[in-house]
Amino acid sequence: MATENTLLDVANLSIQFPTRRGIIDAARDININLQPGEVLGLVGESGAGKSTIGNAIVNLLEKPGRISNGSIKFQGQELRELDDDAMRKVRGDRIGMIFQDPQTSLNPLLRIGEQLTETIKKSLAVSDKEAHERALDLLVAVGITQPEARLKAYPHQFSGGMRQRVVIALALAGEPELIIADEPTTALDVSIQAQILDLIKDLCKTRNLGVIIVTHDIGVIANIADRVAVMYRGAIVETGPVNQILNSPQHPYTTSLIAAVPPTDRKLHRFNSVDYIDGSDSSNEAKRIDVSTHWLGEQNDLKSPDGVAVSVNNLKLSFVLQNAIFKRNRKTLQAVDDVSFSIADGETFGLVGESGSGKSTVARLIVGLHKPQSGQIRVMGNEVELHKQDEKSLAARRALQMIFQDPYSSLNGRLKVLDIVAEPIRFFKMASSEKQTRSIVQDLLDHVGLGAAAAMRYPHEFSGGQRQRISIARALASRPRILICDEPTSALDVSIQAQILNLLKDLQEELGLTMLFISHDLPVVRQMCDKVAVMRSGAICEIAETETLFESPQHEYTKHLLELMPKM
Amino acid sequence: MIAAFITIACVLATMLAPWIAPFNPFDPTQISLWDGKLPPSWIEGGQAQYILGTDNQGRDMLSTILYGGRLSIIVGIAAVCLGMALGVILGVISGYFGGAVDAIIMRIADIQLTIPGILLAILINGIGRTLLPLEMREDFAIYVVIFAIGLTDWPQFARVTRGATLVESQKEYVQAARVIGLPRWLIIVRHILPNVMRPVLVIATIGLALAIISEATLSFLGQGIPPTTPSLGTLIRVGNEYLFSGLWWITLFPAAALVVLVFAVNLLGDWMRDALNPKLR
Amino acid sequence: MLSHILRRIAQSILVMAAVSLISFSLFNFVGDPVNNMVGQEATREDRVRIRQELGLDDPIFTQYTRFLGNAIQGDFGLSYRIKRPVSLLIKERLPATLELVFVSAVIALVVGIGAGVYTGIKRNGWLSKSILSTSLVGVSLPTFIIGIGLIYLFAVTLRWLPSSGRAGVVEIGWWKTSFLTVDGWRSIILPAITLSLFQLTMILRLVRAEMLEVMQADYIKFARARGLSERSINFVHALKNTLVPVITIIGLNIGGLIAFSVITETVFQWPGTGLMFIQAVDFADVPIMAAYLCFVALVFVLVNLVVDLLYVVIDPRIRMGGR
Repeated sequence: MATENTLLDVANLSIQFPTRRGIIDAARDININLQPGEVLGLVGESGAGKSTIGNAIVNLLEKPGRISNGSIKFQGQELRELDDDAMRKVRGDRIGMIFQDPQTSLNPLLRIGEQLTETIKKSLAVSDKEAHERALDLLVAVGITQPEARLKAYPHQFSGGMRQRVVIALALAGEPELIIADEPTTALDVSIQAQILDLIKDLCKTRNLGVIIVTHDIGVIANIADRVAVMYRGAIVETGPVNQILNSPQHPYTTSLIAAVPPTDRKLHRFNSVDYIDGSDSSNEAKRIDVSTHWLGEQNDLKSPDGVAVSVNNLKLSFVLQNAIFKRNRKTLQAVDDVSFSIADGETFGLVGESGSGKSTVARLIVGLHKPQSGQIRVMGNEVELHKQDEKSLAARRALQMIFQDPYSSLNGRLKVLDIVAEPIRFFKMASSEKQTRSIVQDLLDHVGLGAAAAMRYPHEFSGGQRQRISIARALASRPRILICDEPTSALDVSIQAQILNLLKDLQEELGLTMLFISHDLPVVRQMCDKVAVMRSGAICEIAETETLFESPQHEYTKHLLELMPKM
Repeated sequence: MIAAFITIACVLATMLAPWIAPFNPFDPTQISLWDGKLPPSWIEGGQAQYILGTDNQGRDMLSTILYGGRLSIIVGIAAVCLGMALGVILGVISGYFGGAVDAIIMRIADIQLTIPGILLAILINGIGRTLLPLEMREDFAIYVVIFAIGLTDWPQFARVTRGATLVESQKEYVQAARVIGLPRWLIIVRHILPNVMRPVLVIATIGLALAIISEATLSFLGQGIPPTTPSLGTLIRVGNEYLFSGLWWITLFPAAALVVLVFAVNLLGDWMRDALNPKLR
Repeated sequence: MLSHILRRIAQSILVMAAVSLISFSLFNFVGDPVNNMVGQEATREDRVRIRQELGLDDPIFTQYTRFLGNAIQGDFGLSYRIKRPVSLLIKERLPATLELVFVSAVIALVVGIGAGVYTGIKRNGWLSKSILSTSLVGVSLPTFIIGIGLIYLFAVTLRWLPSSGRAGVVEIGWWKTSFLTVDGWRSIILPAITLSLFQLTMILRLVRAEMLEVMQADYIKFARARGLSERSINFVHALKNTLVPVITIIGLNIGGLIAFSVITETVFQWPGTGLMFIQAVDFADVPIMAAYLCFVALVFVLVNLVVDLLYVVIDPRIRMGGR
C-alpha cells in the first residue's frame, strides 16, 4: 500500500514493557500507513495499546518501554535510526502531538504567548517579531478571537475548549506534516467536542496534514476519520475505510465493539453479542437466583399509595463559590434552580445535561447528601428529609439506594467485598444471623454476575466493570425500591458499559425497581429510560417521553444537544 | 529490608538492655570511681571488661549507651503516640465536620506551627518543670519531656489527617455509606480512619526520628532527662565537658549510637513510604 | 490579589495576638512575679505595695492590654535575673543571632536548591546518588551532634578554627558585626555550617522530590513532544513550577533556623539571643522568655508574609484572583 507519497509507514512494529513479572507486549506486529490529508482513527478500549503506538512514533515511550522490532518510516526516513537530537528536530517541526487533557497540557506559569513563541522559534529560524506575528496567525487559525489580548493571558484564564485550541496551535507551531492526537476530546463536553473535531478535520484538509486520532470513542471515529484501525490487546485486528468498519465489520471483536455502542436512532431491548471482550468475566455463566422465592424478592410488591415512587417539588440549592463577609460580595452558583418532577413506580426516569448542569446535585439532594435550601422531596408517598439522620428517614433510606460514577472510589479498599455488600444488611438488621447474611451476599454476587467466590476478595482485585457490579450488589442489599444511578457507566469501556446496562435492565424487570438514571450520554439515555428531563444551568428545560423527546424535541437547547450527538 | 534489620537490631539490643548489658549502670555496687574515665579496651590503659571504656563516674560506656538508648526509644515512641493520638482525633474531626470546629482547630495548629517545634518543646518542658515541686522534678522529668514533645508534635498529624480526611470523605464510598444511612461516628471509624492511617503512619516514622532527636536535644541542653538515669542526649551532654581533655569516647560513642538509631528509623520511614505508596507497587 | 494580601496580613495579626496571649499567660503560670522581683526576705507590706505598683490586682483583661501596649513598644519589663530591661538585652544580642542565621540561610538556600535541582535532573548519575545518600545521613544528624563533630574535627584535632565564642567583632553604631574581620569569619563559619546543615538537606530533598513530580506533569510531556530542548524544559518549564511549593517550605525552614540557633548557640557558646533564652528557661526568667517568644513569632510571621508576596509574583493564578 505504501506509495511514493506516503507520509508515515509503520511496519511490523512491536513494543515491549519489561517488568518484574516478565515482558508485556504492549503492541505486536503493528502495520499502519498514512497519506497527507488523511485522518486515520486508531480505536480500541483501555489497555489495547493504542496510545503506546503514538508515543513510539515520536520516541516518547514511557520507561521501561522499548521498541523491540519493526520500522517507522516518516516521509521515507527511518525514525528509529535517528539520535536524540535529530529526533527532537522531528518532534514539533515535522510531527505534532495533542494530548487528552487541556487542563494539564499547558504550563500554568507561562503566558500563552511565551509558550507559542518559544515553540515557533525552536522550529523556525525567525525573529522575535515574526514569531509574534506567526503566534497571532496560529491563534486565528484555531479560532481564537482577540488573539493579541489572548497572547498575554495565562492558561487558567481559558476555558477547557479554548485551552485545547491553544494546545492545537502549539502542535501546529512548527508547521508539522503529521499530527498525532491522543484522545483530544475525551475531557471535553459534547458541544465543545464537536467544535474541536471540526477544527482538526478542517486543519487537516486545508493544510494537507496527516492526522492520527487515537480514541476509545466510536462516535469520534465516525465523525472525523477517513480510515480506521481497530486495536485489541496490542494488535490491530482490522483496518479499513470508516464506512466499511462501521457498517460491515469483519473481525468478531469489531462486530462486538460496534454492537455495544448504543445506537442514537432507535431503542434496543438489550445489547446483543457484547461478550467477546473480557473473556475472564464469566458474566453469562454465573448462576442467577430465582427472585420470586429468594430473600431479595421478598418485598417486590411494595407499592407507593399514589403510584408515584419519587417526586420533588421546587427544589433549590446554591453553592457559595467565593465567600466574603458581606453578602453582596459573595459569589454563588445556583446549582439547582426550582426543579420539579415525579417518577412513577417501576419507571426509569432519565436526567441529562452537560457537566455543571446540576443533574448530579439533584440526585445527591434526593438521597440526602446535600440539604436543599427549599422545596420538598417525597419518597413512596412520604415527605422525607434524608439529610437528617433520624428514625423516620431510615425507612425511606432503605427504599432508596444509589450507584455511583467512579468504580474506583466508590468501594472502600480496606474492606472485603463481603463486608462492603453486607453493610446495609447488617446495619438495617435485615438478616436473622451472620450465616444468613453471608449466604445472601453470596447470592447477590452471583446474581450480578460476579460469582460467590468474590466475597472473600478485596476491591482492588477487580476491574472497573466488576467493581461496578459490586456497587450494584451493595445497592441491592437493602432491598431498595428505587435505584439512583449517577453516570453509572461513564467511566467504563463501551463493551463493559453494554454489559452493565444489560444487567441494570434485567434487575429492574425482575425486581420492579424504579430508577433515576443520570447521564450526559444521550444514546445511553435513549436505551435506558422511559421518560427524560433535560437540565441546563440548574433548571429543567424540557420533560418528555423518551421517544417523543428524541423524535420531536420542543426546547431549543434539547434540539442543540441532539444535533451534537455523533451520528453513525 | 536492611533498614528493618538495623532498626529491629537496635530496638532489640536496647530493649533487652537489662539482660544483655554487661553491667547495670544504676547499681552502685557495680560501679567504682576508681574505674572512671578508662579508655576503650583496645587503647592503652583500657580494661577488657569495659569494651567502650567508662565515663567520669566509672560506669561502663556500652551498658549506659544500651540503657540510654532504651530510654530514648521509649520516650520517642511515647511522645509520638501522644502526638499522633491527639493529632489524628482532632484532624479527623476537623476534616469531617468542617465549619467552625475545623476553623478553630486549624487556626490553633497554624499558630502553634509559627513557633518552631524544638523551641516550643523547650518552653513547655521548662514550664512543666517549674510547675512541679522541686523534689519531684527529677522523677517526673521523663513524663514532662514526653508531654512536651507530644504536645509539640500534634499539628503535623492533625494537618495530614485533616487533608486525608477531606480527600477521603469526598470519595464515593463514604457517600455510599451515608446513603445507606450509617451514623457519622460509624462512618469515621469504619471507613475514614482505616484509609487515612496510611499517610499518618508514614509521618509517624519521620516523627519518631524527630522525637528521638528532640528528646536528645532537650537532654543535651540540660532541660530533659537528668544524669541519674541518663538518655543518649544526657550522656552526650556530660561527655561534651570532657571532649577537650581528650576523653573523646565519653561523648562520641553515645553520639554515634544516637545517629545510628535515628538513621535506622529514617531508613525505616523511607522504606515504609515506598511500601505504602500504591503508585510504586 | 489585594484581598489575598489583606487576608494574609489579618491572619498574621491574629497569630501575633495569640502568641502575645501565650507570652502574657507565662507571667501568671510560671511562679509568682513578686517573689521573682524582691526575693525571699521582703516584708508582707512590701509585697502588697509591689503588687499594686505592678498592677497585678487589676482585672486580667486590663493587665493583658497593658502588656500588649508595652510589648508593641518593645518594652517587656526587667529581667528577673539580671535586673536590666529585656529590650536592651535583646538589642545587644540580636546582631549575633541575625548574622548567624543570615549566613546559614544563604548556605542552606544556595547549596540546597542547587544540589536539589542537580539531583532532580541527573536522576541516575553517581554524584546524584551519593548526594542523596549523604542527605539521608544529614537528616539523621541532630544539630548538636553536627556541632560537636565539627568542633572535635576542626577545633580540637586540626586546630584550624576556634571552637566557641564570637571573635573579631566590629561595632557600627549599636550593631556589632563579625563580617568585617578575618577572625569574625573564622568564628562564624563553624556555627553557620552546623545550623544550615539540617535545613540544607531538607531543602535539597524537597526540591528534588518536587522536580521529579513536575517532570511527570503533562505539560512537560507536551513540551517534549514539541521538541523543546532539555535545557528549556528543565530550567524554564520545570524549575519555575518546582519553586511554587518549595517556597512555602523554605519560609518555614528559615523560621526553623531561628529555633535551631538556640542549640547551635549553646554548643558554640555564641552570644546570641538563643543562648540568652536557654539560660532564661533554666532560671524561669519569664520576661526574657516572653520577649523571645514574641520575637521568634514575629520573625516567622514576617518571613511568611514575604513568602506570600513571592507567591503572588510567581504564580499568575493567585495574582489574577481566584485561588
